[in-house]
Amino acid sequence: MNGSEILLECLRREGAGIMFGIPGGVVIPFYDKLVDHPEVRHILVRHEENACFAADGFARASGRVGVCMATSGPGATNLVTGLTNAMMDSIPVVALTGQVSTNLIGNDAFQEADTVGITRSCTKHNYLVKDLKELPQVIREAFYIARTGRPGPVLVDLPKNILTGEAEFEYPETVSLPGYRPTTEGHDGQIKKAVQTIWESCRPVIYAGGGVISANAAPLLRQLAELLDVPVGLTLMGLGALPADHPLFNGMLGMHGAYSANRAMVETDLMIAVGVRFDDRVTGKLEAFARHARIIHIDSAPAEIGKNVRADVPIVGDVGRVLEKLNRRIAETREAPAGGLKNAASRRAWLETVRGWQREHPFAYEDRNDRIMPQRLFQEISRAIDGEAIVTTDVGQHQMWSAQWIKRRHPRTWLTSGGLGSMGYGVPAAIGAQFACPDQRVVAVVGDGGFQMSLPELATIVAYGLPIKIFISNNGFLGMVRQWQDLFCHGRYSAVEFPIFPDARKLGEAFGLRGQVVSDPAELREAVESALNDPGPVLTDVRVSREENVFPMVPAGGALQDIFLDEQAARASLAAPAPVAVGDSGAGEMS
Amino acid sequence: MPQTLSVLVENKSGVLARISGLFSARGFNIESLTVAKTMDPKFSRITMVVDVAEETREQVLKQLHKQINVVQVLDLTDTPAVQRELALIKVHVPHEMRSRLLQEAEIFRAKVVDAAPGSITLEVTGDGDKLEALLRVLEHYGRVEMARTGTVALPRGAASLPRNGSGRMAMVGVGK
Ligand SMILES: Cc1ncc(C[n+]2csc(CCOP(=O)(O)OP(=O)(O)O)c2C)c(N)n1
Ligand SMILES: [Mg+2]
Repeated sequence: MNGSEILLECLRREGAGIMFGIPGGVVIPFYDKLVDHPEVRHILVRHEENACFAADGFARASGRVGVCMATSGPGATNLVTGLTNAMMDSIPVVALTGQVSTNLIGNDAFQEADTVGITRSCTKHNYLVKDLKELPQVIREAFYIARTGRPGPVLVDLPKNILTGEAEFEYPETVSLPGYRPTTEGHDGQIKKAVQTIWESCRPVIYAGGGVISANAAPLLRQLAELLDVPVGLTLMGLGALPADHPLFNGMLGMHGAYSANRAMVETDLMIAVGVRFDDRVTGKLEAFARHARIIHIDSAPAEIGKNVRADVPIVGDVGRVLEKLNRRIAETREAPAGGLKNAASRRAWLETVRGWQREHPFAYEDRNDRIMPQRLFQEISRAIDGEAIVTTDVGQHQMWSAQWIKRRHPRTWLTSGGLGSMGYGVPAAIGAQFACPDQRVVAVVGDGGFQMSLPELATIVAYGLPIKIFISNNGFLGMVRQWQDLFCHGRYSAVEFPIFPDARKLGEAFGLRGQVVSDPAELREAVESALNDPGPVLTDVRVSREENVFPMVPAGGALQDIFLDEQAARASLAAPAPVAVGDSGAGEMS
Repeated sequence: MPQTLSVLVENKSGVLARISGLFSARGFNIESLTVAKTMDPKFSRITMVVDVAEETREQVLKQLHKQINVVQVLDLTDTPAVQRELALIKVHVPHEMRSRLLQEAEIFRAKVVDAAPGSITLEVTGDGDKLEALLRVLEHYGRVEMARTGTVALPRGAASLPRNGSGRMAMVGVGK
C-alpha cells in the first residue's frame, strides 16, 4: 500500500466517513487514492478556514471527531483561525495537512511552511510524520488525543513522500502515550466533600458550560439540578445543556447574560461549576468575583482548575462520570437530617428570590412597527423552530441576541464561536452540522459583516444541496464594534459602517438558491416561516433597526454587579465621573 | 523566586519547542534550561530554572503536565535536591598574577583546562551561589568570559518521587 492508502485505511478505521478540504500540489497523491475510496466522503469547500470551521461544526453537532484537509503552505496557514477556534472551545478536530517532501523541509521550497511550528500553540497536539511506518500510529493517536480528556484539535503534517511511499499496513492495536492519561474518575473523597459543602450551603447555584455538552452529560446536569432544586446559569457555550423552558433554568451568564443569572452569581454562597473555565466574559472583574462564595469545580482539564479562580473543592474527571457519582451521593443523603434537610428551607427561599429576579428583569426591548427590531427577528426564529433545529451563529450583536432570544432545548443544537469569537464561523459551521445531521433543520444566524467573510460557501451549500437557512441580521454595521464606539468612544464611529450590501435576491440567483429581503416588520413572520418551510436553502436578508445596542451588559473589566440593564442605565453610568475605560484590564477586549 | 523544575519528556522532535513556547506565550522568562537523553533513550530530562510569581507556580506545573509528551514534572524548588551547574571561565590575567589566581581557584576546586599567554581557562562545578562567588573573585584579576551549562538537578536520597497521578516510580530507571 502507499501512504495515501494507508491514511485512508486509518481514517476508515477511525470511523471518519467525511472530511472537508481543498486539494493542492503535495496532497494530489492522496486525492488520487480518494477516488477509489468512496467510504471516505470529501466535501470540497471554498476556503480552508471554512474546511476547519465545517469540521468543527460537524464535531459539535455529532459529538464525533471532525476531519479537515489542506495542502502545504497557504492551505495549511489558512487553517490557523479554524484550529484556534476549535482549541478555545475544546472541539475534537483532526486536521491533515500536506507538506513538502522530507528532503526539502527547511529549504524554503515552493509552498513550504513550518506548519507544526505555526500551529503548535493552537492545537492540543501536532505531528510531523517523517517515517511512513509511524503513520498508522500517529493517526490513531491523533484521533485519540482529539476526542479524549479535554477535547481539542490535533494536526498531522504529511510530507509528500510519506503520501507516496510504499509500506506494509500494520494497524496498531493500542495507543501508548506515557505522558497522556486523562483522569476520568472523580476522586471519591472530593465528591463526598462536595456533597457535604452543598448541604451546608443556603444559596447555591449551578454554573455550567460547554464541558457538559462535550461530555454528553446534559441529562446528568438536569438530574443534578432537579435533585438539588437549584437554579442553573449556563454559559454561552453551555446553552442547550438544560432546556430553556426548564423551571430551574436561570438564563445565560456573562457580559450580555440575564440579570437573574449574573445576580445569582453575586449573591450565591456556593457555586457548583461544571465544565466551565471561569472565562473573563463570565466572571467580570476577577477581584470582585465570588467574594463570599465557595466553589466546587468539576472539569476534565486539571489546568483549568485554579487558573482564574480558586476552587474550594476541585474535582478532576470526566464530567459525566463525576456527575453520576455526585448525583448518587446526593440522592443517598438528600433525606438525611445532617444532609439535604439541613438548610433546605433557606434553599427554597433562595430559589424564590432568584425567580423574583427573573420576573423583575427579563430580557426586554421595545418593539416597533416602523422597523424590524433585531430582537424581534430572533424571537420569531425561536418561535418558528421551537427548539427543534440546529442553530449556528456568527460573532457580534446578533450572536448575543440569538443567545438571549433563541430558546435551546437540546444539547449540540447551539453552535457558536465562544472562546475565539471568530467572525465567519456561522455559515461553514452550518455546513458541517448539516452533514452531521442530514435530517435536522439547520439555521445559520449571521451578521452582515461576518456573512461577507463566508459568502463563497453559498456555492458549497448549493453544490451539495444542503437545505440550510441563512438569516442575515443586517444592520449595515459591524454592529458590536459600533456599540462599543457608541458607548465607550463618545459615539465616534470609526470604520464600522458598510455603505453597500449586495442584493440578497440577486445574490441568491447568482449562486442558485432562493434569496429574499425583508424590511417591513409586518412581513417578518411570514418571511421567517417561508424560509424555514422551504425544502431548499434560503438566504434571508433581514434589514433590522441599525443602531440598537445589546443589553444587559456587564462592561468589560467591570464587576458583575456593575451590570447595565438598558441603554438609559448605561448612558447614565458612563456619564458619571468614573466611567469604565475600554481596555483597562486584561478582560477589557471586545469580541 | 526562581523555581527549579525537572521535566521528563518523550524524546521526540518538537517537544522542547512546545515547552519553551509555553513559557514564552505567557511571558515567563527561562533562566536556564538543559536537556539530555535519560538512561532510556526514549525519554529526555529537561531541567529548567524559571522565575515565576508564587501564585502562577501551580499553573506552570499544570500547563507542563498538559503537554502530551510530558511524562512527569517535578518541582525541586522546595525539595531537598542536588543541584549542579558547570561553567567554563576564561580570565584575561596578567602573567605576574597567575599563581595567586590559581591559589584562589583551588578553594573553589576549579580545574585549569587551558592556559595561554595572557589568559587562563577554568572549569568549575557547583550550585549557582558557588559559581557567583568564584566569579566575584576572578573579576579582580582581569576581564572574564564565561559559558555556563545551566542547572541540572536530582532529588536527594534513595527515595524517588512518585510519577504524578499513577504512583509509579519514575526517577528510577528512566530518570537518571
Ligand atoms: C475575524 C474577526 N474579525 C474581527 C472581529 C471583531 N468583531 C467582533 S464583532 C464585530 C462586528 C460583527 O459585525 P456583523 O457581522 O455585522 O455582526 P453584528 O455585530 O452587526 O450583529 C467585529 C468586527 C472578530 N470578532 N472576528
Ligand atoms: Mg452587522
